[in-house]
Amino acid sequence: MNILEQVGIENYITLSALLFCIGAFGLLYRRNAIIMFMSIEIMLNAVNLLLVAFSSYHEDPSGQVFVFFTMAVAAAEVAVGLAILVSVFRNIGNIDIDNLKNLKG
Amino acid sequence: MNTTILLLLFTPLVGFLINTFFGKSLGKSISGVIGTAAIVVSFLCTISLFSQINTDGKEITFHLADWFSIGSIQVNFSFLFDQLSVLWLLFVTGIGALIHLYSISYMHEDENMHKFFSYLNLFVFFMIALVAGSNLLIMFIGWEGVGLCSYLLIGFWYKNQDYNDAAKKAFIMNRIGDLGFLIGIFILGFHFQTLEFLEIKDLLGKDLITPSLLSIAALCLFIGACGKSAQLPLATWLPDAMAGPTPVSALIHAATMVTAGIFMITRMNFLFDLTAEIQNVIAIVGAITAIVAASIGLVQNDIKKVLAYSTVSQLGLMFLALGLGAYEVAVFHVITHAFFKACLFLGSGSVIHALHGEQDMKNMGGLRKVMPITFWTMMISTLAISGIFPFSGFWSKDEILMTAFHNNIPLWIVGSIASIMTAFYMFRLMYLTFFNDFRGTEEQKHHLHESPSLITLPLIILAILSFFGGIISLPGHSWLNEYLSPLFSKVAQEEHSFGTTEYVLMAIATIGAIIGIAIAYKKYLKDNTIPSEDAEITGVSKVLYNKYYVDEAYDALFVKPTNVLSSFFRDSVETSLSALVFGLGKVTNEIALQGKKVHNGSVGLYLFAFILGVIAIITYLFL
Repeated sequence: MNILEQVGIENYITLSALLFCIGAFGLLYRRNAIIMFMSIEIMLNAVNLLLVAFSSYHEDPSGQVFVFFTMAVAAAEVAVGLAILVSVFRNIGNIDIDNLKNLKG
Repeated sequence: MNTTILLLLFTPLVGFLINTFFGKSLGKSISGVIGTAAIVVSFLCTISLFSQINTDGKEITFHLADWFSIGSIQVNFSFLFDQLSVLWLLFVTGIGALIHLYSISYMHEDENMHKFFSYLNLFVFFMIALVAGSNLLIMFIGWEGVGLCSYLLIGFWYKNQDYNDAAKKAFIMNRIGDLGFLIGIFILGFHFQTLEFLEIKDLLGKDLITPSLLSIAALCLFIGACGKSAQLPLATWLPDAMAGPTPVSALIHAATMVTAGIFMITRMNFLFDLTAEIQNVIAIVGAITAIVAASIGLVQNDIKKVLAYSTVSQLGLMFLALGLGAYEVAVFHVITHAFFKACLFLGSGSVIHALHGEQDMKNMGGLRKVMPITFWTMMISTLAISGIFPFSGFWSKDEILMTAFHNNIPLWIVGSIASIMTAFYMFRLMYLTFFNDFRGTEEQKHHLHESPSLITLPLIILAILSFFGGIISLPGHSWLNEYLSPLFSKVAQEEHSFGTTEYVLMAIATIGAIIGIAIAYKKYLKDNTIPSEDAEITGVSKVLYNKYYVDEAYDALFVKPTNVLSSFFRDSVETSLSALVFGLGKVTNEIALQGKKVHNGSVGLYLFAFILGVIAIITYLFL
């Protein structure tokens, strides 16, 4: 039986939108690179959740397959991102993005 | 026969190449000998060609190579040897050889003697191309080439800025004429689809071109001739061209190059015969040039300037003859003029040589005793140019005046007055230079000497030619007219019967010349007048001495306005244009400087902008 009969699709959409906004505000609000990174992950997973929900709703499994790919790519991205952060920390001693001013024009 | 023609055409070029590339290492004498030998070879080849054409009367067309073809116009490197071109080559190479010989001695002091000879050889090469070319374009190559050599040789002593200016003036004045010549060539080429002289001659009867366009073409060609042959209003370059070494003045600016315009008109006589109004223009321009130049010559004090104005004046007389359709008469005068004017210039060179560069007749005098050969040869030429019986100039000038008398009395009067003036200023030159006492410095007097034999030999030959040159075309029995008759349609101009009128005209011309000489005799020999200093000249003489202020008028009319316009463009237009360009640059720079502040390196701000952007895009797409 379809899981959507127990919890309606609109709840998934609301949750996913909430999660996305939390992630976005976290990204804008915090200055610690790790936290910002986590916020990005929240946004990513909000989208994943939505994908899965709509996949069930349309009874089309390709959406769920797509989520696996997204997660794999996200894992790779996290690995690279964390490596960059480690490198930044080694160079300037913290990971506050306000200290990363080398792109100043 | 082909070998002869190739030798004739290319030995001067070979001489030029040798002197250009090896002249300096060969040494002065050898480079001079090579230069002279090249021209002598050409001269000998010309003699052989001449004797052939004189006997069988057939023209030779020599095809050297194809050049190019556009549409149906085919232009080749081909050469036409007929009565006219061979005759012309004969005196070009002949006098050229004599002047080369003269230059060996005259230029021996100069460090760039090899350069001088290479230029002279190149000049003769281009002159041969000009004369022998069988189509207008080959003629034009020669035409431009002699102009180039003229420029190089006028400015030969390039360390003197005045000489460089004179060279530039000659070149620019010639360019104006050349433009006319080119337009003429274009018109003819476009309508006849050929540039060959003989083909154009055949096609002229076929109505391929409207009469008015034909007149324009003829006028354009005449403008070209005006530039090269120093006719008004393009005459002012020739007197200045005397800045070059004297052999150059003799060869290029008296005997050969400046007669190229006359050659061209004679070559295209079939065209000018059809355009009577242009012939009138030619005759009038010639007559005006003759009298204006002669009047300027009356008061000049520089020995070469006098001869230069006399050249312009004589060229004017030749154009007068051309305009009256008497081409063979013009050719006759070209030949005798080449003899006596070359002799006069070389003689003046001999005088200048003896006085170490002094050209002002105020500082000469009494040279008759120290330089007898120069004096006598110049005297013969002077008698010839003044038109005294039986010297060559008498016959040729008299024929011109006679033709003028039969066609147009006012032109005859103008021509006669010009001739009287000629007699006057030439004897003025002779008296001031050779008679009375020497007026130069003691040191100059000490060094006075007759020139070496390499200088006097050409003088003697040319003096002999100036004396006897007239026999080629005596009235009533003219070898020249018969020789040239295949070229001209009008069968040598209704041969005037030689009667009382002609004798009277001859008498008038001779009396006129004698009057001119008598005035000069009275003023400069008897009264021993010496021309006054530049500042003291007044009245009409001042106008004449300053050449009717033509140079000043050109300066005011063309040079000054051009300068004003140039400074206007430089100071106003260019400044505002560059202000505009710089202004645009400044604006861009300012915008960039402001925009730079946005890129402050704050990652947070970038993220904020990024998200705002995404929101904006989504809003735009979905709402």
